Amino acid sequence: MLLITCPHCGARPEIEFRYGGEAHVARPADPATLDDAAWAEFLYMRSNPKGWHAERWRHEHGCGRFFNAIRHTVSDRIVVTYRAGEARPDLATIPGLDTP
Amino acid sequence: MKFSLLSLARQALRGHADWPAQWRSPDPKPAYDAIILGAGGHGLATAYYLAREHGMRNIAVVEKGWLGGGNTGRNTTIIRSNYLWEESEAIYEHAVKLWETLSQELNYNVMYSPRGVMMLAHTIHDVQVFKRHVHANRLAGIDNEWLTAEQAKEFCPPLNIAPGMRYPILGAALQRRGGTARHDAVAWGYARGADRLGVDIIQNCEVTGIRRGAAGAITGIETTRGFIATPKLGVVAAGHTSVVMAMAGVRMPLESYPLQALVSEPIKPAMPCVVMSNTIHAYISQSDKGELVIGAGTDVYTSYSQTGALHVTTHTLDAICELFPDFRRVRMLRNWGGDRRRHARPLAHHRQDPGSRPLRQLRLGHRRLQGDAGLGSCLRGDDRTRRPASDRRPLLPRPVPDRSADRRGRRGGRRALRPPCC
Amino acid sequence: MTGAFRTTTGGRIDRARPLSFRFDGRAFTGCAGDTLASALLANGVHLAGRSFKYHRPRGILAAGAEEPNALVGIDRGPGRYAPNLRATQVEIHDGLVAESQNRTPSLRFDIAALADFAAPLIPAGFYYKTFMQPAGWWAKLYEPRIRAAAGLGRAPRGADPDRYTQRYAHCETLVVGAGPAGIAAARAAAARGDRVILCDEQAEPGGSLLAETRARIDGLCAQDWLAAALAELAAEPRVTILPRTTAFGYFAQNFVALAERVTDHLAVPDPNLPRERLWQVRAREVVLATGAIERPLVFPENDRPGIMLADSARTYLARYGVKPGCRALVLAAHDDAYGAALDLAAAGMEIALIVDPRPAADGELPRRAMAAGLPVRMSATVVGTRGRLRVHEAHVGTIGADGGVRGVDVVSCDTLLMSGGWTPSVHLHSQARGKLAFRADLQAFVPGATPQACRSVGACAGEFGLQAALGPATRVEDDPVREGGFAGALPHDRPRARAFVDFQNDVTAKDLTLALREGFRSIEHVKRYTTNGMATDQGKTSNINALAIVAAASGRAIPEVGLTSFRQPYTPVTFGAFAGTSRGELFDPVRTTPIHGWAVAQGAIFEDVGQWKRAHHFPRPGEDMHAAVRRECAAVRARAGIFDASTLGKIEVVGRDAAEFLERLYVNSWKKLEPGRCRYGILLNEAGFVIDDGVIGRLAPDRFHVTTTTGGAARVLSMMEDYVQTEWPDLQIWLTSTTEQWAVIAVQGPKAREILAPLTEGIDLSRDAFAHMAVREGRVAGVPARLFRVSFTGELGFEVNVPAGQGRAVWEAIWEQARRHDAVAYGTETMHVLRAEKGYIIVGQETDGTVVPDDLGLGWAIGKGKRDFVGKRSLSRPDIAAPGRKQLVGLLSADPGHVLDEGAQIVAMRDPPPGTPALGHVTSSYWSATLGRSIALALVADGRARHGQTLFAPMPGGAVPVAVTGPVFHDPEGRSLDG
Repeated sequence: MLLITCPHCGARPEIEFRYGGEAHVARPADPATLDDAAWAEFLYMRSNPKGWHAERWRHEHGCGRFFNAIRHTVSDRIVVTYRAGEARPDLATIPGLDTP
Repeated sequence: MKFSLLSLARQALRGHADWPAQWRSPDPKPAYDAIILGAGGHGLATAYYLAREHGMRNIAVVEKGWLGGGNTGRNTTIIRSNYLWEESEAIYEHAVKLWETLSQELNYNVMYSPRGVMMLAHTIHDVQVFKRHVHANRLAGIDNEWLTAEQAKEFCPPLNIAPGMRYPILGAALQRRGGTARHDAVAWGYARGADRLGVDIIQNCEVTGIRRGAAGAITGIETTRGFIATPKLGVVAAGHTSVVMAMAGVRMPLESYPLQALVSEPIKPAMPCVVMSNTIHAYISQSDKGELVIGAGTDVYTSYSQTGALHVTTHTLDAICELFPDFRRVRMLRNWGGDRRRHARPLAHHRQDPGSRPLRQLRLGHRRLQGDAGLGSCLRGDDRTRRPASDRRPLLPRPVPDRSADRRGRRGGRRALRPPCC
Repeated sequence: MTGAFRTTTGGRIDRARPLSFRFDGRAFTGCAGDTLASALLANGVHLAGRSFKYHRPRGILAAGAEEPNALVGIDRGPGRYAPNLRATQVEIHDGLVAESQNRTPSLRFDIAALADFAAPLIPAGFYYKTFMQPAGWWAKLYEPRIRAAAGLGRAPRGADPDRYTQRYAHCETLVVGAGPAGIAAARAAAARGDRVILCDEQAEPGGSLLAETRARIDGLCAQDWLAAALAELAAEPRVTILPRTTAFGYFAQNFVALAERVTDHLAVPDPNLPRERLWQVRAREVVLATGAIERPLVFPENDRPGIMLADSARTYLARYGVKPGCRALVLAAHDDAYGAALDLAAAGMEIALIVDPRPAADGELPRRAMAAGLPVRMSATVVGTRGRLRVHEAHVGTIGADGGVRGVDVVSCDTLLMSGGWTPSVHLHSQARGKLAFRADLQAFVPGATPQACRSVGACAGEFGLQAALGPATRVEDDPVREGGFAGALPHDRPRARAFVDFQNDVTAKDLTLALREGFRSIEHVKRYTTNGMATDQGKTSNINALAIVAAASGRAIPEVGLTSFRQPYTPVTFGAFAGTSRGELFDPVRTTPIHGWAVAQGAIFEDVGQWKRAHHFPRPGEDMHAAVRRECAAVRARAGIFDASTLGKIEVVGRDAAEFLERLYVNSWKKLEPGRCRYGILLNEAGFVIDDGVIGRLAPDRFHVTTTTGGAARVLSMMEDYVQTEWPDLQIWLTSTTEQWAVIAVQGPKAREILAPLTEGIDLSRDAFAHMAVREGRVAGVPARLFRVSFTGELGFEVNVPAGQGRAVWEAIWEQARRHDAVAYGTETMHVLRAEKGYIIVGQETDGTVVPDDLGLGWAIGKGKRDFVGKRSLSRPDIAAPGRKQLVGLLSADPGHVLDEGAQIVAMRDPPPGTPALGHVTSSYWSATLGRSIALALVADGRARHGQTLFAPMPGGAVPVAVTGPVFHDPEGRSLDG
């Protein structure tokens, strides 16, 4: 069970949270202007990396807020969490990212 | 050397000194007519059928680790074709038919055991869903029958059908031809078969890049053992498909979620069939060796970690203990996680749809042991090659369900059971 | 006397407390403090099991968790049979009943041992090469026999009545293993003021100190020092000592799972105690002091009863006062075997010979052994043994300078002790994703770097000796350095002989080389092909030897070959411990409505809908479900019925932008909805498919009362939160789940108004004042209420929302009125029938995740001129805009008495050939009391264009003809809505 640090509440066990998929996949502002391929990209394409992954979590059984986390998908180590709406941190500035 | 009781006896006299290697360990040639990435059951089956059915002999399977060492080695060996959608039915039924004679075909005992796959209905909604499966399968000529709870218990005596259960068993859908097989043997059997047809299986050779020419066409792959030229590439890398495809600059509608599995210590035969419960998220069978083989739902987040989270194990085993209270004292021997691709758009890759298959030369494989034979035989090097009759119509005539919501954990009231009223 | 082989003094057992137990029906006596293994050995019993494949007689090899052979079943009465327990870990108690396994009819004579004679025919992987002809015989003939022969213990029968519990714990320091290194670590952590958990898998903490005979620690003998150290730790309130507790799994972020065996060792367990307890511990630092496992030696016929690990034999003597035999041959590839020989000789056991494959051994213990006059032969090895049920002689050969073995001397012995050195228990370190490093001097892997706050100390770190374990602050005397370590197979000159590597799974050195010959080069391949290390001991005694054999045979170094993965659990853990209290009623929380108790009292039959229990129907005496539903349906249409709709999801959407928010989320238009009015809302996912529906009422310009499906409540709220927090954070709205705040009582039927009128204050119920799809606030039965005029039956209907706490009272008040009009209480089945008669859909029944609004004939609900809402873009995707989609229709079977099967497929032909694609399927099907015939809803390709056509539902007994109609069967004009 992971310990996940909610930016609002602090570290809590994983079972309080709900995973929300890849982060920074913004809903297009005006979907009507997108062609089918671009809309399909939004709906279905995900980076699914083996490595560091920016992803959404919701502290469902806590404050209820969505936030983002950078997690390594092999070790499941989370190096940073940040509030929804904040920019994805520059990975180069986060210490310890060279090891999973 | 043909495998048989006779050859075993002959070898016994010689202290088994003369068995040849079941497959070669060749160095990669500079070029192949086609390369398959990933030597799991699926990739090896692909190579085997390309060679056997379509006469392609100058082909290679490239594997970063050891063959059969990925999901093929970590799955829970269930084979069935009682799927709802016609596209799935067709491909898995094709596979089941191949399974039935696969040991003879490969001269390798893959231990296909049609022990019956029983899917439990715990709610009225389950009953509706599984009856729909039964009817759809029957129309497609695929066996699947409805059992009452009492009939289910008769088929599987350790099953608890007490009406006072938290989620009582209201009935079950049974596919008698469904069952299990020996997962390692599938990979090894196909490997040996493909090797004998001249396919090079190149293990410990990791792909580091996919090279494309000026027009965008694939020219070959960069590997830890050098560049290998090929005009055709099939990718069957299970959970790692996104990673490999990214090397060709192709994004995939896939996410990799760990699927946990565990086995118990071996016990004498107690579980006559495969039992699956989607509602309380567990499935179970017993291996030839006597281990109870148990699978859970997918973990909630994407991962390549191949370890399981403890709370998933506890939820799986509480479900197993509810369904089979006799097994409460049995002990878990080994617990692991496989990675399983979940299609953001299920089956989309089979489709003649440039949106989901951006490179003409790329073909993608599927995800399950039960599909190894069937999909392996259909994954084509090019569109001229033969495919099963059931596969000839477009595989996806309609938008595909996004059933992801149904696959989430049952805790926290997240499941879409029978919804509304008034 | 508690056994002929019991010493008169010494050891930690209590000779004054004899305990009687049975093994395979025979009565024995042991002592308090014995394990089953030590008690059997004390009685001269070595034969304890049969191997998995060849059914060879096997004895007790070890003294701990690594035991591969002595597996037993323990029977504590009905439902309390546990198979496959290691006799070395089972503590005896008075009346213990144990039985051996995997033998027919008895341990001494096992018919299946015939397999041993067939051994040349059945090497590793033989089953992949045969049993293939004729096709079909595998499943019918071969497999059942193989299955019956395989397996170990018999499966438990009957539900286990014991309880299991779980605990969570946090600490600064978790110490795994209470041997000398663990105790030292725990003392240091306690001195820092840490909260400490010290767990040990054995009954008594102490580890190797419990059997230490030589060393003196701070001037005390080891057991006295141990007692003092444990007393000091026990007095520390921040220290928790957990004996009989195995740390079996090490997960990310120092999350460690422990299994505590609470009552198995008790003759009469306290019924208030659980049998086992699963601990889930989060620790700031984990100290692994898991020790090391002695390594067997691989030589021909090394598996007979009486052949044991040397230090295990010494442990039986020192800790349990048991001599393993009378005359021992010791095969020593590590100095510790000399120590064992010294101790056993001192206890009066004859040491026939110490055979050492090394050319020289000049360590302290070998020197002492030689000084004590024990016979030693260097550069020698054992090349064979004899004895069916107990070893009685060993054949000793000399290793020449070329590595070959010459000459055979027969040495008679009833015990053969062996030691290939020690394998550090790095399992947990490896589970913690720690790296491993190979140490050639030990021929073993030791812990390397780890990404977690975790360190290994003592023997599990490859640091042997008490001084290393206890640290420089503790003075240790007589702790000589012991050297040696051998992995792989000892040389011999008998190519046909079997030298076992994995005892339980009967894997021999030859099996391993066969696998290599057949092209299985990776250690994972070799393991899977031969099954080495896949037995219930998971290779604790065999993996490193197998690795060395594979390395040597393939000309590689051991680290090049690599290791197989260490997976949890370290030793097997009972399913029940994982399940814990999650069983029966507690398996999943049961949600009940405020009216549940009333329905129970009325004899309602319930169904499970998600976690909810919902009243399905209310049978009267003598009624079956069909009769009850027919009666309930007829009553609602003729008079009225009341229905508990409290499980509906409810979300209060409040704020300046509430209407804008719903506008973006739902397909419908909301901005122009007047306060006091309701609308039927449809929610899609971004892929365009219907995922939820429900009536939404506008109570004020900035306040909406949203209802969702019962199953969708949490999902919809989460989806709303998602959009409002992450996509449209600029919107000023607030979402509150009110599902459990409101009890909802639906009153439906022509008499609904008359039933409610006497109870309602502040709301004009008249048709003109309170129109269909309106919402009002007032009081019902004296309780503040939100009253919706909505209908899911097609009849005049109201839904009374009152605070949940008063739900039962209001329900009973309404029921009093209802009875005056001969109305009924109805359940979900009647609700389903009535809505189907009206063609109203149920999300999840008429939809399956592939259905868009137009398919359901609900295109009208989509707000005209809306540029965007969730899922809108997908509605113009080519597949969704394409013709031929499945559409909702009604079906009437040609035989009005035939109720179609839900899920039945629909085709155009009476006798479709196999493989005919279905046109669609039946989504809902009922007997309609109102129409006096069966009705069904279905999704059928191009369904709306097929009205009037006859299609077929193929059934096992022949196809059922059905006529396609519109989906509304009753009152299509909606005349009944106003009562």
